[in-house]
Amino acid sequence: MTTVAPAGSRVIFERPELLIDRSTHYCPGCGHGVVHRLIAEVLGELGLGSRTIAVAPVGCAVFAYDYIGVDFVEAPHGRAPAVATGIRRVRPDAFVLTYQGDGDLAAIGTAEIVHAAGRGELLTAVFVNNGIYGMTGGQMAPTTLLGQRSTSSPGGREAAFHGYPIPMTEMLAIMPGVAYAARGSVVDAPAIGRTKQYLRRACEVQLEGRGFAIVEVISNCPVGWGMTPTESIERLRDVVAKQYRPGVIVDRTGEG
Amino acid sequence: MTTATIPPATLHHGHRVLMKGNEAMAEAAIRAGCDAYFGYPITPQAELLEWMARRMPEEGRPFVQAESELGAIDMALGAAATGARVLVSSSSPGISLMAEAMSYMAGAEIPMVLVNVMRGGPGLGGIGPSQADYFQATKGHGHGDYRVPVLAPSSIGEAMALMADAFELAERYRTPVFILADGTLGQAMEPVELHFREPARVADTWSVRGADGRQPRVVRSMHLEPEDLEQHNRHLQAKFAEISAREVRWAGENLEGADLVIVAYGTAARVARTAIARARAEGLRAGLFRPITLWPFPSAALAEVAARARGLLTVELSAGQMVEDVRLAVEGRTPVAFEGRTGGMIPTPGEVVEALHRLHAATTARPASATMEVRP
Repeated sequence: MTTVAPAGSRVIFERPELLIDRSTHYCPGCGHGVVHRLIAEVLGELGLGSRTIAVAPVGCAVFAYDYIGVDFVEAPHGRAPAVATGIRRVRPDAFVLTYQGDGDLAAIGTAEIVHAAGRGELLTAVFVNNGIYGMTGGQMAPTTLLGQRSTSSPGGREAAFHGYPIPMTEMLAIMPGVAYAARGSVVDAPAIGRTKQYLRRACEVQLEGRGFAIVEVISNCPVGWGMTPTESIERLRDVVAKQYRPGVIVDRTGEG
Repeated sequence: MTTATIPPATLHHGHRVLMKGNEAMAEAAIRAGCDAYFGYPITPQAELLEWMARRMPEEGRPFVQAESELGAIDMALGAAATGARVLVSSSSPGISLMAEAMSYMAGAEIPMVLVNVMRGGPGLGGIGPSQADYFQATKGHGHGDYRVPVLAPSSIGEAMALMADAFELAERYRTPVFILADGTLGQAMEPVELHFREPARVADTWSVRGADGRQPRVVRSMHLEPEDLEQHNRHLQAKFAEISAREVRWAGENLEGADLVIVAYGTAARVARTAIARARAEGLRAGLFRPITLWPFPSAALAEVAARARGLLTVELSAGQMVEDVRLAVEGRTPVAFEGRTGGMIPTPGEVVEALHRLHAATTARPASATMEVRP
C-alpha cells in the first residue's frame, strides 16, 4: 500500500492490497467492480492471497484476473466449478474460488455447478446475477425476469414463450452438500456491507472444511438493461430484489 | 461390470502377466506418476475408470467420476493447471464432448494425457472396435489452429510403455497428448511383460499453486487483441514444428526388399502382420510400415519406404482416414490402395491377403507410374 495519511488524520478507505491498481474494462455503473473489490478485501483480511487459486468464467468477468491479484485459471464457458474441482482435489492446501455470471452458471454451466454442489466440494462460488448476457450484447439469461426486455426477448420475457426465471441459489441450497448459500446485492452501501459478510462467511466455510459455499450477488447491467447507472440501481432495488430476495438462504454450519 | 484380472499388488516390474488393455493402461499411468484421474463411464473403456476407482484411492491420489465428459476433462484442466500429472480416458462419443476443453488446453498449453478407446460411429454408433476417430485425433477435436501428439499402440505392452512417454511429451511440450487405442486393445487380454517407468518431474514456471511470494499467474487461452493472438499462434506453430521435427515414431517389419507395403496402426497392424506372414508364404514380398505417432505423421520415412516399393496398402478399421495422410506422404509417386471395415468389424487377414494380391496384380501389370491410383 502506498497510501500515506497526512499528520493528524487517519486512512478510512483505501485500495485493498489484492485489488490491482488499474482501470477496469467494465461499463460505467457496472456492479462487477464492487464485487471484485469485496473479494479482494475478504481474501486480504483472511490472509488468503498467497494460496488462492481462482477460476475465471466466460463473460464480462473473464478479466477478473486483471483486477484481483491472485493466481487464476480461465475456464471454458460454464465449467468453472469442474475446473475448480480439479484444482481442489490435487491442491488440498489451496483456497479455491470461482467467479461466474448468470449465463455462465445458470445456463451453460448448470450441470457443473449442480454436481460440484452435490459433491459438497470445498469451494467458494461467487455468482454475479445481473439477469442478462452482458458481454455478448444484452441477450436474455435464465435469470432474466418476466417482462424484462432483452435483445433476444425484445417484447419482454413471457413465461409461456421463454419459460420462467431459474432461482439457481435456492435450487442449490436444498442439497446437503451445500454448507452455506446466501444472496447479496450491490444496491447501496448497507447491502454491500452485508454482501461482504456473506462472502467472508462463504470463505470461512471452505477454510473450516464444511462443504460447498455460494454467494449470489444481484447486480446491475446499465448498458444491457438500456438504463443509466442510477436507473439501473433503482430497478435493482425496486424490481430485481423483490424477485431475488437478498439474505442467507441456507446455513448448515450450525453457526448461522 | 468389474472384470479386474489381477490384484495390483502382484504387478511387479519385469514380470510377465496376462492383462486386459484398459486395466494395463490404467496401472501404467499410476506407475508413471499420474497424480489424478477424472472420468465418466463409457464402453469400451469403462474398465480403465473402474481400475482407477479402486487403485487411485489406494495410492492416496484423487479419483473423481464426473457428471459428464465435459466435467471430467474440465476437472483435468483445473488439476493440470496446477502442475499435476493428469490422465483422462473415454471413448469416441465422450471424446467429442471433451473436444471443447482440448482446444482450451492446447491454447493455454496445459499438459494432460487423454486415452481414447475408439468405438464405431458416427453418433452413438456401436461399441465394437474402430479407428474412425483418426481425423478427430490428428486433425480435429476442438476449434482453432492446433495439433496434439497422437500415440497409437498396437499391443497392450506397447500401450503401457507409451503411457510414460505420453506424460513426458505432454510436460516437455506443454500440450495435451492423445493415446489412440481401440476397443480391441481396451478389451482384449494378452501376456505383457511389465515395464513401468515414471518420468522425472521438471519444475515449471507457469502453473498456478497460489501466488505465494511471486507475481500472480494466469493460465489462459484468451488473447483478445488480434496482434497478441497471432503472436501466440506463431509461438504454438513453432512448437508444433519442433514436435514434428523431433517426435516422429514408426516401426517397420519385413521392409527389406518389400514390393508391397502395408501401412497400418493399432489393431489393424496386428491383422496386417498376420496377413503379411501368409502373403510371404504365398510368394508376395510384403512388409509393414506401422506409424506409432499419427501426429506427427511419419511422412518422410514413409515416402522413403514407398520409393522402394511397387505399391502401398493402407489397412484401417474405418472407411479410410489415415489413407489420406499416406497419399499426402507419397504425393502420387507410389500407388496407394485401401482395405478397411467399419462399425466394429475388423478386416480379416484373408481379406488383407486378397487386397495384397490385387495390389500386386495391378502394380505388376504395368510399371508403377507417377500418377497411378489403385483402389480395391
